[in-house]
Amino acid sequence: MSVITLTVDGCDVAVPAGASLLQAAGAAGVKLPTLCHLDGLTPVGACRLCLVALEGTTKLLPACATEAAEGMAVSTTSPELREYRRMAVELFFAEGNHICAYCVSNGACELQDVAVTVGMDHSRFPYRYPQRPVDASHPWFALDHNHCILCTRCVRVCDEIEGAHVWDLAERGSDCRIISGLDQPWGEVEACTSCGKCVEVCPTGALFHREDGTSEKHPHRELPFQLRLAREQGQWRNQGQALPQALEGGGEDPS
Amino acid sequence: MTGVQAMRGAPRRLRCCGASGCRSAGSEALQVALEQARAAVGLDAGALPIQPVGCLRLCGRGPLVACDGPGGTALYGGVPPAQAGALIAVASAEGPIDGPLRAEAALAAHRLDLSHPFFALQIPVVLEGCGSLDPCSLDDALAHGAYAQLKRCLQDLSPEQVRDEVRRSGLRGRGGAGYPTGLKWDTVALQPAGPRFVVCNADEGDPGAFMDRSVLEGDPHRLLEGLAIAAYAVGADRGYLYVRAEYPLAIERLRLALQQAQARGLLGLGHCGSRHDLQLEVRVGAGAYVCGEETALLRSIEGKRGMPSPRPPYPAQAGLQGAPTLINNVETLAALPAILREGGAWYAAMGTESSRGTKVFALSGAVCHTGLLEVPMGIQLRTVVETMGGGVPDGGAVKAVQTGGPSGGCIPAERLDTPVDYESLTALGSMMGSGGMVVMGETTAMPEVARHFMRFSVNESCGKCLPCRAGTVQLEQLLQRFVEGRAEAADLDRLDALCRMVKATSLCGLGQAAPNPVLSTLRWFRHEYEAGCGPLAGKP
Amino acid sequence: MADRRIALLIRRHGGRAEALIEVLHQVQEIHGYLPTSALLAVARGLQLPLSRVYGVASFYHLFRLQAPSEHRCAVCLGTACFVRHAGVLAKQLEQRLGLVMDAAGADGIWALEQISCIGACGQAPVLVVDGALETKLPVDDQEALAARFDAMGLPSARGQVR
Ligand SMILES: Cc1cc2nc3c(=O)[nH]c(=O)nc-3n(C[C@H](O)[C@H](O)[C@H](O)COP(=O)(O)O)c2cc1C
Ligand code: SF4
Ligand code: SF4
Ligand code: SF4
Ligand code: FES
Ligand code: FES
Ligand code: FES
Repeated sequence: MSVITLTVDGCDVAVPAGASLLQAAGAAGVKLPTLCHLDGLTPVGACRLCLVALEGTTKLLPACATEAAEGMAVSTTSPELREYRRMAVELFFAEGNHICAYCVSNGACELQDVAVTVGMDHSRFPYRYPQRPVDASHPWFALDHNHCILCTRCVRVCDEIEGAHVWDLAERGSDCRIISGLDQPWGEVEACTSCGKCVEVCPTGALFHREDGTSEKHPHRELPFQLRLAREQGQWRNQGQALPQALEGGGEDPS
Repeated sequence: MTGVQAMRGAPRRLRCCGASGCRSAGSEALQVALEQARAAVGLDAGALPIQPVGCLRLCGRGPLVACDGPGGTALYGGVPPAQAGALIAVASAEGPIDGPLRAEAALAAHRLDLSHPFFALQIPVVLEGCGSLDPCSLDDALAHGAYAQLKRCLQDLSPEQVRDEVRRSGLRGRGGAGYPTGLKWDTVALQPAGPRFVVCNADEGDPGAFMDRSVLEGDPHRLLEGLAIAAYAVGADRGYLYVRAEYPLAIERLRLALQQAQARGLLGLGHCGSRHDLQLEVRVGAGAYVCGEETALLRSIEGKRGMPSPRPPYPAQAGLQGAPTLINNVETLAALPAILREGGAWYAAMGTESSRGTKVFALSGAVCHTGLLEVPMGIQLRTVVETMGGGVPDGGAVKAVQTGGPSGGCIPAERLDTPVDYESLTALGSMMGSGGMVVMGETTAMPEVARHFMRFSVNESCGKCLPCRAGTVQLEQLLQRFVEGRAEAADLDRLDALCRMVKATSLCGLGQAAPNPVLSTLRWFRHEYEAGCGPLAGKP
Repeated sequence: MADRRIALLIRRHGGRAEALIEVLHQVQEIHGYLPTSALLAVARGLQLPLSRVYGVASFYHLFRLQAPSEHRCAVCLGTACFVRHAGVLAKQLEQRLGLVMDAAGADGIWALEQISCIGACGQAPVLVVDGALETKLPVDDQEALAARFDAMGLPSARGQVR
């Protein structure tokens, strides 16, 4: 198994071929903020919090969705990156209705955590107070769209791990929303096995157990990784670093 | 010989523009009236052909009809069906077209001057056949040399030789980013052995742009030939042409052309008598600008939501079905037959050091002559807008020229001496883009222009990544405050900071370029934003 | 009945999932829009998850998930039209029809929507009324404009309170 060597913030690291820059940063002891990424799910590069700079290019790259290549010089922080991350969190808060004090996820929310990490205490952008519904049609779970940040973890875990593909994104742009079935109430969608995986991986209080009250959600976000690992046992390689699909090729920017 | 210019010694015929622009001005009724008028004087199609052709360039004066004869060509615009008889009289008369005929006098008001710079400064390469051949006739295309270069490539040249020629031409992608075409082809060709795809990007979505549509509607075989040459050069045997659904006529003609070429064995299995295969399919979009972005386009071809994905990996490495996929724009591909015929060096001799060859532009907005132009790269913006376009109607002054659509910017009047090439436009905070050029007069308010484009981006954002999905909405709201004169000074900084964040962090080119119209108008017309910090400042 | 037609056209596409967009286009041609029952039939026929089909149908602007109103007036707000005052034109249409852009009309008879460049930039500003293109609208001349609207058969809801 070949090994890739690169530097992260000046620190030399070695990772197995196919590893992401996020894993490389982890190997260097750097914890990048992430929201859409979850170990065990296909990366999408949607939240843009994990963006890093690469020596020799001006474009920022999502660490979660970029494969490490030999000799890369990655820098994970700079005044600009800090400012962009902060602004991103502000945009998340302004986009939805996040009133943490009343949320099931209060205290166990990745959005809250990220806000603390990037030092965001208020939003410079006006809150949009969108009108969004709550779907409580499922016997055990519920979806409160007010807290959804469109990370699509639920879509991916249900499709890639559970194989049910109950969820998907509908509409586009700022009208985007998570839907189940043909935009039906969740409880009516026959494909749902009520496995609860989507609830476990949701970074916020959008998906929750119906019995959960304020601050009572205790998600299990390592679930996909563990399941994937178990499923691929015998095939996965050292330290569980292997990606679900080792990407071919790589190399320089050919457009 | 060009689409519109003098065709001395040519047999008599009428070329009637049947492209979308003129259709919208009533060309179909005119074509029918012409045929009736011809019958009324006892002539038939053999004696006086009336050919539907592609765009004749001066779309704003449509419907356009070109009248060829031994004495040369005359062009008429805005011709009502009632004048069909006069046109037939002129076309069928003995002697030179511009003889002292009564019918000619009746048409005087419609006569367009072909020696005007609008026509005279054009150098048709991509548009060689557009306007002079019948886009629905394979025979007509073949008579104009269609597929000759494809045959030559398949028979006499190796894929490497074809790629060399294209590299020598210096051709850069016409879809917006200007990536060197030869380099992209090499990348695809040199991937590990296995299947490959070619894709023609005909999703032309920039408002105010209709270059690609004109090729599709006016000379579809040229595009198919170009795509087939590209496929040979990179070793692909399957491909797609992705056309936006808003172009029904283009889709119809492209489909017809593809059928014709396949039926004749020019495309398909063992095409042109070679050992090579090429299976092409037309795919139609469904109304999503972002599907012009290459990774989104591939998802759409796969029948999915057109949402972009991070690059790398680039489509050239992993595209359709994970296979190396070459994606080129319509105009890029349509330039190939001429490049191979005349040689890469011939093409490279036109244009500037970094931007070779010719470029097609769609000129519109506050300008006298609106339409389609193909000019050498490096031409001064002023030449295009003032000399060729005739400036603002009623003698007003040009305030700015918008290039690059929602990804580009506004170039102020004082910079009209800029040469039109990739680097110069980028240096001014705009972009070459696909080739839309919209002229703005004095009355256009720049914060409103910026808001207009931001609205477009809000509507067209796919919603996948946060900066574009939520950032453009906030930017539109901020711009609204300036438009309504209730912004505060701090809003200027907020606007600037958010623009930079959205530009730097968005996932795909849509979000990355969405702030450009704001940034460029902020740069050149900052005082208009300052004026927007008005007496209502801070009011909700 | 419709289901059989859908099954037929799915078969014509070989039941391939990648034909989803083409299939939806053709279903919309049959029904004028994409009713839920049709989406269900398409999902079954192509063996796709329901949410995937709805996700695609709602992503593309040309797919309609609601039955269209009887008449439609679309204003081009592309850049060339914008420079030639399509924004003003849109406002005037909103007033005249008593409708809000892109919102479903109360009576369901007329709908006003915005579109982006239809390639008639040379004739800007333009409208599409029930499929017919209307070009070079005289935005600066109220009377002439009203006359053009009358000729297109646009009702006048002026005076109506909404
Ligand atoms: C939002 C967006 C829209 C685009 N639209 C188009 C388009 O309509 N046509 C096109 O050829 N390229 C378009 N592009 C550029 C393509 O992604 C791609 O670069 C191009 O098709 C490559 O062909 P070329 O190298 O021949 O230019 C668009 C890019 C972005 C980011
Ligand atoms: S509970 Fe399981 S099957 Fe149901 S939607 Fe969630 S992940 Fe999918
Ligand atoms: S419901 Fe939760 S997991 Fe699903 S997209 Fe929204 S925030 Fe992400
Ligand atoms: S930049 Fe905009 S269009 Fe591109 S992926 Fe992000 S949200 Fe989608
Ligand atoms: S975690 Fe990498 S983009 Fe969201
Ligand atoms: S469309 Fe007829 S001249 Fe351009
Ligand atoms: S901008 Fe309206 S038709 Fe092009």
